Amino acid sequence: MKRRAKFLAGGLVIVAALAYLVYAGVTQSVVYFVTPSELGAAPVAGKAYRLGGMVQPGTLAWDPKSLDLRFTLSDGRATVPVRHRGTPPDLFAEARGAVVEGTWSRDGYFQATTIMAKHSEEYKAPHDGSQAGYKELLKTLRGPEPKP
Amino acid sequence: MTPELGYAVTVAALVLAVYGAGAGALSAAKGRPDLRASSERAAIGVWLLLTACMLLLVYAFLTFDFSVRYVANNTNRGTPFYYRITALWGALEGSIILWGWMLSLYTLIVVGRYRRTQPQLYPWALAVMLGISSFFLLVMTIPAPPFERLSPIPADGRGLNPLLEDSGMITHPVALYLGFTGFTVPFAFAMAALIIGRTGDEWITITRRWTIIAWYFLSLGLLIGGWWSYHVLGWGGYWAWDPVENAAFMPWLTATAFLHSVMIQERRRMLKLWNLTLIILTFSLTLFGTFLTRSGIIGSVHAFTQGSIGIFFLVFLALVMLGAFSLLAWRIERLRGRSELDSIFSRESAFLLNNLFLIAAAFTVFFGTVFPLLSEAVKGQKVSVGAPFFNLVNIPIFLALIFLMGVGPLIAWRRASAENLRRNFLLPVAIGVVGAALCRVLGVGNLLVLLCMGLVVFVAATIALDFWRAARARRRTGDGWLEATWGLALRQNRRYGGFVVHLGILVIALGVAGSQAWSTQTEATINRGASVELAGYTIRFDDLQPVEESNHFKVVGTFTVSDRRGPYTVLTPAKKFYPQEQTPIAAVDYRLGFMEDLYLVLGDFARDGSHATVKVQINRMISWLWIGGLILTLGAALAIVPEPRRTAARPRPDHVVVA
Repeated sequence: MKRRAKFLAGGLVIVAALAYLVYAGVTQSVVYFVTPSELGAAPVAGKAYRLGGMVQPGTLAWDPKSLDLRFTLSDGRATVPVRHRGTPPDLFAEARGAVVEGTWSRDGYFQATTIMAKHSEEYKAPHDGSQAGYKELLKTLRGPEPKP
Repeated sequence: MTPELGYAVTVAALVLAVYGAGAGALSAAKGRPDLRASSERAAIGVWLLLTACMLLLVYAFLTFDFSVRYVANNTNRGTPFYYRITALWGALEGSIILWGWMLSLYTLIVVGRYRRTQPQLYPWALAVMLGISSFFLLVMTIPAPPFERLSPIPADGRGLNPLLEDSGMITHPVALYLGFTGFTVPFAFAMAALIIGRTGDEWITITRRWTIIAWYFLSLGLLIGGWWSYHVLGWGGYWAWDPVENAAFMPWLTATAFLHSVMIQERRRMLKLWNLTLIILTFSLTLFGTFLTRSGIIGSVHAFTQGSIGIFFLVFLALVMLGAFSLLAWRIERLRGRSELDSIFSRESAFLLNNLFLIAAAFTVFFGTVFPLLSEAVKGQKVSVGAPFFNLVNIPIFLALIFLMGVGPLIAWRRASAENLRRNFLLPVAIGVVGAALCRVLGVGNLLVLLCMGLVVFVAATIALDFWRAARARRRTGDGWLEATWGLALRQNRRYGGFVVHLGILVIALGVAGSQAWSTQTEATINRGASVELAGYTIRFDDLQPVEESNHFKVVGTFTVSDRRGPYTVLTPAKKFYPQEQTPIAAVDYRLGFMEDLYLVLGDFARDGSHATVKVQINRMISWLWIGGLILTLGAALAIVPEPRRTAARPRPDHVVVA
């Protein structure tokens, strides 16, 4: 019986350590999901957020030379300026949903470390107007005589 | 015509499966052999009908029968031949067919293998398996019918998800589902043993072997999934702690725990209750994983969004867990262990710790996966815990598991004497310390990586020591080294299969540590003819060319790479434009190497081809993952081979009963 109690105590110590590990893990790495209005209401500089919204048309600026990407995320009521260093991901475009992860900077913008473009799993049937510039792109790359 | 025929076949299979399950249960309860034969015929019928379903759907894909909604949604006239076949499991409805078909195949194997040899357990196991088949057929009939008619019939389909046009798509789902469905067999035999109250050795033997088989396929599926993620998704990683990856990883962890704790039951008649719990948990987690993937409850790269199917899985999962744990509670008196733990320094206690850590890992993965849901439900606060959480919590757990991997197989049963510990561990510990020190001298600075290396060397040394001793003992009987080695592997295949699996895990651990610590990347926009440099490589942007494929159009960049010694290779990452997708998809190009991979992703580009943005990654030691994976699956395959009878019949020397 005494041996059993010892084993139990040892097990409990390990379980407690693991529980603490999980607790510490959650408190250290939890990222709050906020909308532009929520972030605008009470921004805390340096805290990690996941910010979701729509890329406001006309705000997307991408400079390939410096890899500087800027855009504004909106939820219809508030807007947040976002900066990121790196190519925009494939599914990223104006007037589409995007989720960015990063921190609020003291200088009044959101510094994104990751951009996750929201992409719907439903595969849309091809229709005109989708993938703006697809044909034009084909043309410019092929030169003046595009193959049909 | 095809939609109606397919639906009729599905319904017929459902009726037959329900009948077979009922007849099987009744025959087992009343001991009626006529009903038993009838339920066996039903099992064969279910397999035939599901095979017909699959062939019918393949036929619809090959003939572009767009009157079937599933075909129209997942293929178009440009989809290449092979991917028209694999499109079968490219989305929700078809993947359920594949699942059901594999389950019916396993049922058939169970019928063939155990009809004569297990007269008591087998009828109940058959009934349970057909009952589970019934559920999947119900899903195919009501919430996710693969043969739904589409009208009006479109001229062309939508096409396959472009990310799935990859050879990984042929093998990854098949292996993964063979693993998932494979866990039904141990579950069915566990339930059968509980129902008839024979929780002795037979079910353990059957369950163990089938768990290794399912585990083998699940491991293979996870590894191929990692490879797919690495070479298709273009982020340079192999594991993202994505909810759906986690869903497949959790049953792997609990099954691994079972494969170890079952040895204590075989040897010491302990932990019966615990082993049954692990089997039930593993099976439940496969259902939970399917629920996560299919219900769209959690956003994920692999999730299929479909609403109504979630509730079916949730209800079935609740029923399975309720039923299984009720049976367990009912038989609890018979499941009490006969022995107790003697000492902390014993193989039992090493295995118990191993189980504790594996379950802790499974729990943390579960917790991290559902935490966002919990938080939203309880506090109304949307949060996420990503890779940082999983890494932080799991790294210590997995390091502890690696340590135990060295201790478990060599430490004595019951109580290890100081002499036993010294004899088995003094040398390996010393080699491990020297190994870590050597890595430090060679310039490894990261403490966690050093710890990992030291542990890996320690475990490898224990395996080498054990093998050397055993082979030397065999050599005394006159065999040569080669014969001795070969003989060992064959005669004690469970033990040595297990060792090979452990070696595979060690190689994978080094790959994970190395790739996390030493990979590096840069991103740059380069003018045509100019170059970017990273870690000794010079990458020159040469050209940008459009290429037309049968179902898409792509822009291919040409980059000439040279290293310190001169020209190295030419890489051609591309961007693919599919008409059915709104945005382009990157196609990675890479050059794999033993110590480092060069990995290029084409980002943005100028339409006149004057400049392009490219992401360059040097991913270190990634190949070790695939090599380790290969070793691991070979080891698992070795452990599956039936042990020669004479070894099983003999009273086992201490070191035989480990795998």
